[in-house]
Amino acid sequence: MPETLVTIAYLAAGILFIFSLGGLSAQESARRGNVFGMAGMLIAVLFTAFGPRVESYTVLTGALVVGGAIGALLAARVEMTSMPQLVAILHSFVGAAAVLVGLATALDHSQMLDGVERTIHEVEIVVGIFVGAVTFTGSVIAYGKLQGTIRSKPMLLPGRHAINLGAILACVYLGWMFISVDDPFPSIGPLLACTVIASLIGIHLVMAIGGADMPVVVSMLNSYSGWAAAAAGFMLKNDLLIITGALVGSSGAILSYIMCHAMNRSFLSVILGGFGADEGAAPAGGAAAQPAGAVKSVSADETAELLRDAKSVVVVPGYGMAVAQAQYPLFEVTKILRDQGANVRFAIHPVAGRLPGHMNVLLAEAKVPYDIVLEMEEINDDFPETAVVLVIGANDIVNPGALDDPSSPIYGMPILEVWKAKTCIVMKRGMASGYAGVDNPLFYKDNTRMLFGDAKKMIDAVLTALK
Amino acid sequence: MGFAVAVEQDAGAAASFGDDDYSAAGAEVIADTRAIWQAGDIVLKVQPPAMHPGLGVHEAELIREGGTLISFLYPGKNAALIDALARRKATAIAVDQIPRITRAQKMDALSSMANIAGYRAVVEAASFYGRFFTGQMTAAGKVPAAKVLVIGAGVAGLAAIGAARGMGAIVRAFDTRPTVKEQVKSMGAEFIELDVHEDSEGAGGYAKEMSPAFIKAEMEMFAAQATDVDIIITTALIPNRPAPILITEEMVKSMKKGSVIVDLAAENGGNCALTEPGQVVERHGVHILGYTDLPSRLAPTASLLFGNNLTHLLADLGGASHFKLDLADEVVRGALVLSHGELMWPPPARPPAVLPPAPKPAPPKAPAAAAAAKTPSALGPAFAILGAAALVYLGSVAPPSFLSHLTVFALACIVGWQVVWNVTPALHTPLMSVTNAISGIIVIGGMLQVSGPPTSPIVMLGAAAILLATINIAGGFLVTQRMLRMFRR
Repeated sequence: MPETLVTIAYLAAGILFIFSLGGLSAQESARRGNVFGMAGMLIAVLFTAFGPRVESYTVLTGALVVGGAIGALLAARVEMTSMPQLVAILHSFVGAAAVLVGLATALDHSQMLDGVERTIHEVEIVVGIFVGAVTFTGSVIAYGKLQGTIRSKPMLLPGRHAINLGAILACVYLGWMFISVDDPFPSIGPLLACTVIASLIGIHLVMAIGGADMPVVVSMLNSYSGWAAAAAGFMLKNDLLIITGALVGSSGAILSYIMCHAMNRSFLSVILGGFGADEGAAPAGGAAAQPAGAVKSVSADETAELLRDAKSVVVVPGYGMAVAQAQYPLFEVTKILRDQGANVRFAIHPVAGRLPGHMNVLLAEAKVPYDIVLEMEEINDDFPETAVVLVIGANDIVNPGALDDPSSPIYGMPILEVWKAKTCIVMKRGMASGYAGVDNPLFYKDNTRMLFGDAKKMIDAVLTALK
Repeated sequence: MGFAVAVEQDAGAAASFGDDDYSAAGAEVIADTRAIWQAGDIVLKVQPPAMHPGLGVHEAELIREGGTLISFLYPGKNAALIDALARRKATAIAVDQIPRITRAQKMDALSSMANIAGYRAVVEAASFYGRFFTGQMTAAGKVPAAKVLVIGAGVAGLAAIGAARGMGAIVRAFDTRPTVKEQVKSMGAEFIELDVHEDSEGAGGYAKEMSPAFIKAEMEMFAAQATDVDIIITTALIPNRPAPILITEEMVKSMKKGSVIVDLAAENGGNCALTEPGQVVERHGVHILGYTDLPSRLAPTASLLFGNNLTHLLADLGGASHFKLDLADEVVRGALVLSHGELMWPPPARPPAVLPPAPKPAPPKAPAAAAAAKTPSALGPAFAILGAAALVYLGSVAPPSFLSHLTVFALACIVGWQVVWNVTPALHTPLMSVTNAISGIIVIGGMLQVSGPPTSPIVMLGAAAILLATINIAGGFLVTQRMLRMFRR
């Protein structure tokens, strides 16, 4: 197969990838989009395999089969609540692959390059390895934090910005050592050292980020994994890798931007970390922010009673629903209420859960029809006409302090204005504060009722009462 | 509010309120007209001061020097009266000039009176109209329903529509302001529309004058309606101008015998060419009612509403303890005609109400603009210059092959940016998993490196890269498939 045919195949694959992302603009076309993506990938892999530059197939086939099997197994086994972990670990694989490809390229002496061309090639290798390594270790840490094996509290070393800066400078220096050696095939010693330091940067960067910022971190790593692939494309002179890497990179960047916007934080402040720690101390000391009033609790039976009488109900799910796996009984409750003629809808805050769009996936898993699942902007105006709002395992995204309390660390973050409804029932295990570590004045409002207990058990109880 | 109140003897007689009732409510009843004008710092009155028939003296002469008068004044057409009051160094507040803004609705006596007039217009029309309003099927035969045309759907028009609907008539309404269509429909009337489109929403919620083309179409419509309807109630007024003639003699002639026209604009000349203000006349078999005192014909309700309007106005002025003419207050400024004899009317034109832009969050589709707006502008050009310099440098040293890759890279970034903004937020998780899968394209990098001897480090690294990337590809696509299958309507 001639090289040109492979190039054309890459072009087709690149176009299919673009269509794949384009298909996700609506639920109806999303599955077709995914099929486009698969087709593109198949074309790319097949044409590469049978292209002029691949001669031996044993190793290739072995690695492809084993990898494919592991991937398929992962995909079939994963719980929808564990999607964030899966996504994070998959990012780490891309990062690791980028590092490996980079090192292999550095070792590959078949290409003879000179002058500027060689310099550029070596810069590409350094950049690719650096980004890949940061993505790799950062994603592993993110995985650990999401999985719960690593404490989600931010780890803040003294002078951490200085540490990061120093490490980056060290990488630049090592990279320069690698490049400046006047040997067409320099030793890869500095490169390996650079990889190690970049890996440490990745660990340190994500360790310093608190649980509430995980959606941003995951989408940021998504973006990095794309840039890593693009860098690999540059060093291999492969346009398909460049295109794909750029697509993924900008996708992740947009997601990070959306998440930051939804939390009213600048991207830099999230990346530099420490949220919920530097400011986490404020609620304890800031007595002025202490909400006044009594907490009124409510039983599952009374909740069922309130729901039965309600003409319009809005459910606000948060990470607590995911943890308790409460989405299934919740949909049963929804079905009963809808059959009784009530208008039941779900309100999704952009940063609800630990992954962009996480709640949508969980609700879809429980067979909640997507046309009653609305975004924050779509539903915020409807709360005054809503009889009952059911907040399940959400906290910061319904904290009125974000609107009216300038001393609150989450001040300015757009939130779901649930307290404007007639009654607001908050399901929670206890009075603990959310990830942001901020007390929630919502719990003390006159029209708020607290339903304490495990979200799943409580919803089950409500369901029984409704039946 | 703390005011001491005096009432003229027999003031409430026509409205069935006796002097005893006022005494019982804590007011002093004074018989002598001169005395009552002199008694108050503030004189509350209904009609503008006029020649007093009993005393042969103009009421404006009676007010205390520097006193305050609150009543209907119509300063636009009562210049002589305003002069007379100014000579007494009086302060005059015209309730008819209270601006029609939301806050002032409770003081808006014009609306109160218009409401009554609209209702009463229907009652008067009914008494002159020799048939049922409701259509009926009786044992003795069928009676058709009356058809009522209401011209002008302001407060009076809407009240008339409500009353006529309540009595069972078929009601049509017309107004030059298309915005009132909904209000008309909500009252149960049919809204007549013209083919000519022109919005006449003028200042203060009143209509303004229309273009000749519009008026022509309008008159044709009225002519057609006149032959069909039984009762026409006109309420068309344009501030500070004579009422427009909408019903010509020809139209009156074309109406069925026994029809009724009630002209609520009679006081300003009338909307019907044949109206005689204050009179009921029969022309061409049609009764034309030109009453100018319709609210007075419903005196108890009119008194109640007007009284409440005045009470709210006095409260707005601060009550007895903090009585003050606050010129910054839009309501007070609008209604104030004379301040200690000094002419304050008309008030300075206030800028037309600008609708506040809907506080929409910046649409996510314009992030670039939003982001650009946030960053200090000084940095922008600096970065642009640096970027341009870097590009120039690259262009001068880099080999062509690199530049072509750079081109592809830059364009792909832009395509990705455009495409991903269209992704619906509900699908952000599938987006991440699918990007995960396609970033597994790095598998190609590994594939190109595994063709050496199996023990070489390059091949081993390449194989590991293939393994990891394939996990990504298979895992990413399959889990995306699994998720997307769950999304259902």
